[in-house]
Amino acid sequence: MSVGETIDARVAAGTGALVGYLPVGFPSLGASVDAAVALVENGVDALELGIPYSDPVMDGPVIQDATQAALANGFRLAHGFEAVRAIRAQVDAPVLMMTYWNPVVQYGVDRFADDLAAAGGAGLITPDLVPDEGDAWLAASDRTGLDRVFLAAPSSSDARLALTVEASRGFVYAVSTMGITGARADVDRAARELVERLRTAGSPRSCVGVGISTAEQVREVVSYADGAIVGSALVKALADGGVEGVAALAAELARGTRPTG
Amino acid sequence: MSLRTETGPYFGDFGGRFVPESLIAALDELDEAWQLAKLDPAFHDELDGLLRDYVGRPSPLTEVRRFAEHAGGARVFLKREDLNHTGSHKINNVLGQALLTKRVGKTRVIAETGAGQHGVATATAAALFGLECVIYMGEVDTERQALNVARMRLLGAEVIPVTHGSRTLKDAINEAMRDWVTNVGHTNYIFGTVAGPHPFPAMVRDLQKVIGEEARAQMLERTGTLPTAVAACVGGGSNAIGIFHAFLDDADVALYGFEAGGEGVDTERHAATIGKGRPGVLHGARSYLLQDEDGQTIESHSISAGLDYPGVGPEHSWLADVGRARYRASTDAAAMDALRLLSRTEGIIPAIESAHALAGALELGRELGPEASILVNLSGRGDKDMETAAKWFELIDGEEGA
Repeated sequence: MSVGETIDARVAAGTGALVGYLPVGFPSLGASVDAAVALVENGVDALELGIPYSDPVMDGPVIQDATQAALANGFRLAHGFEAVRAIRAQVDAPVLMMTYWNPVVQYGVDRFADDLAAAGGAGLITPDLVPDEGDAWLAASDRTGLDRVFLAAPSSSDARLALTVEASRGFVYAVSTMGITGARADVDRAARELVERLRTAGSPRSCVGVGISTAEQVREVVSYADGAIVGSALVKALADGGVEGVAALAAELARGTRPTG
Repeated sequence: MSLRTETGPYFGDFGGRFVPESLIAALDELDEAWQLAKLDPAFHDELDGLLRDYVGRPSPLTEVRRFAEHAGGARVFLKREDLNHTGSHKINNVLGQALLTKRVGKTRVIAETGAGQHGVATATAAALFGLECVIYMGEVDTERQALNVARMRLLGAEVIPVTHGSRTLKDAINEAMRDWVTNVGHTNYIFGTVAGPHPFPAMVRDLQKVIGEEARAQMLERTGTLPTAVAACVGGGSNAIGIFHAFLDDADVALYGFEAGGEGVDTERHAATIGKGRPGVLHGARSYLLQDEDGQTIESHSISAGLDYPGVGPEHSWLADVGRARYRASTDAAAMDALRLLSRTEGIIPAIESAHALAGALELGRELGPEASILVNLSGRGDKDMETAAKWFELIDGEEGA
């Protein structure tokens, strides 16, 4: 199933999708694959696989530390495609890559798209690429059929939301709050309003990310959005408790997407 | 065709806005405010008044005859940005952006700093305008520029050492951008150089081009003709663009940017971004970049914190590609020799950054010969660098190195 179909199925079942983020290569390439598989086996519906990058301006300290460790351990872009292939060989959930833009540019936008598609990847989430700068990626993703998830922010104008909705495929990543990744006690009310504005702008699916760390927050988010994205909390669970620890948190978070009772 | 009319977001293939969507609204707001301010005589009156009465502009042009004896006999003129209030060209840009901060109604400013000159200038403007001020500075730089950290704190700014990544200027920019994404509602990011997302490259250029406009008129007045060559150091490139811009359409004036050659451009320890890098995306713009095969930024090296940056402003990348300006490198050793030479021959202690341009001018003078005149942007003064210089020349114990 594609990302869109996966989310639609969860929405049709009465709740919404849980999207889980983990970086490739942390704490090791093998363990990051095992952890991603464990997320799916414990109820995560779609994976967001982060490509470690030297200058991650959208990320808070937890993800920065993890991706820096991965780079220090010798992460190469080729490992990203290897990881996607290894995960897809074990579980059927769609796998999106989350990558800052320069690695894609240096690899070659078309080559990146081809290799991602060949590895069984679903598409890209691009935190520092806005559609205005994305011509090469729009063309490559159209050619390969890959999904392209752009970000929308509470500060985005209506015109920019329309542009983002038009350019996105799969879902739109609604940034819950003004800020970078990392757990927050309250997910902003701004998220609810942003999802509503995206719907008005014609978005078929919006998933809310940044700051979501608990099953209760997941439950709240999927009550108005099509999915909830959890990152830093999972990375921290993996850092602290290994694959077992992250599996346990995934199972707990997934309960937030199931009807209560 | 004039080369002086580029307004961004693109300079040829370079520039743009590669930033999280969360920042686009703020960049749009800033761009719009800047376009309006540029057309507003009241804004220019206020800025010009500050530049005259607070900064001390116009900065003088000094001919350095004794120094020039070492430069193949060419005449050498220094544009004295070191004499500006706060000790470098950075204040020109900061005052403009601080005025703009007031125009957009924000009460808090943040900035990145490498050598600390931009941080000091920003802290100064914040004090002058009563703005809350936070400066991000790589932990490595807080150590090698401790005096500037003290200056910023004395001026009332909060200085936050950045402990992630390479702990230098590039990481200070990352951290400032994270702050901006989070606090954009009441915070303006006063960017220090001609890099970053649009509108920063064009806006900072517009605020720094006063350097070249003054210098061009001063050269004409002093020598009756334009210089043979203009030399400036290039980190992000704001002082270089500032002095180049007025000369872009003077085809006979050669423009030379001197990047930090560190321990040599054929070693792994340098910051010669245009010389040794290739185009990529960093800090919001497409430009030349020191990076590995996978597009991971490579840590730069320079003895000068202000040039220790693996990126460069997009307008420089464009000027390099179209061949209007040439970019070379000065090593740590050549810069330090030039720093000492200017100190000994002229009684002017330059910033280590500016000493890279001086080293380049010595080289240019020998190439161009005694008929040439070379205009050098002396972008900052060397007080902040005394600790580095003392170590380099072993001055503290009285035994001077070779």
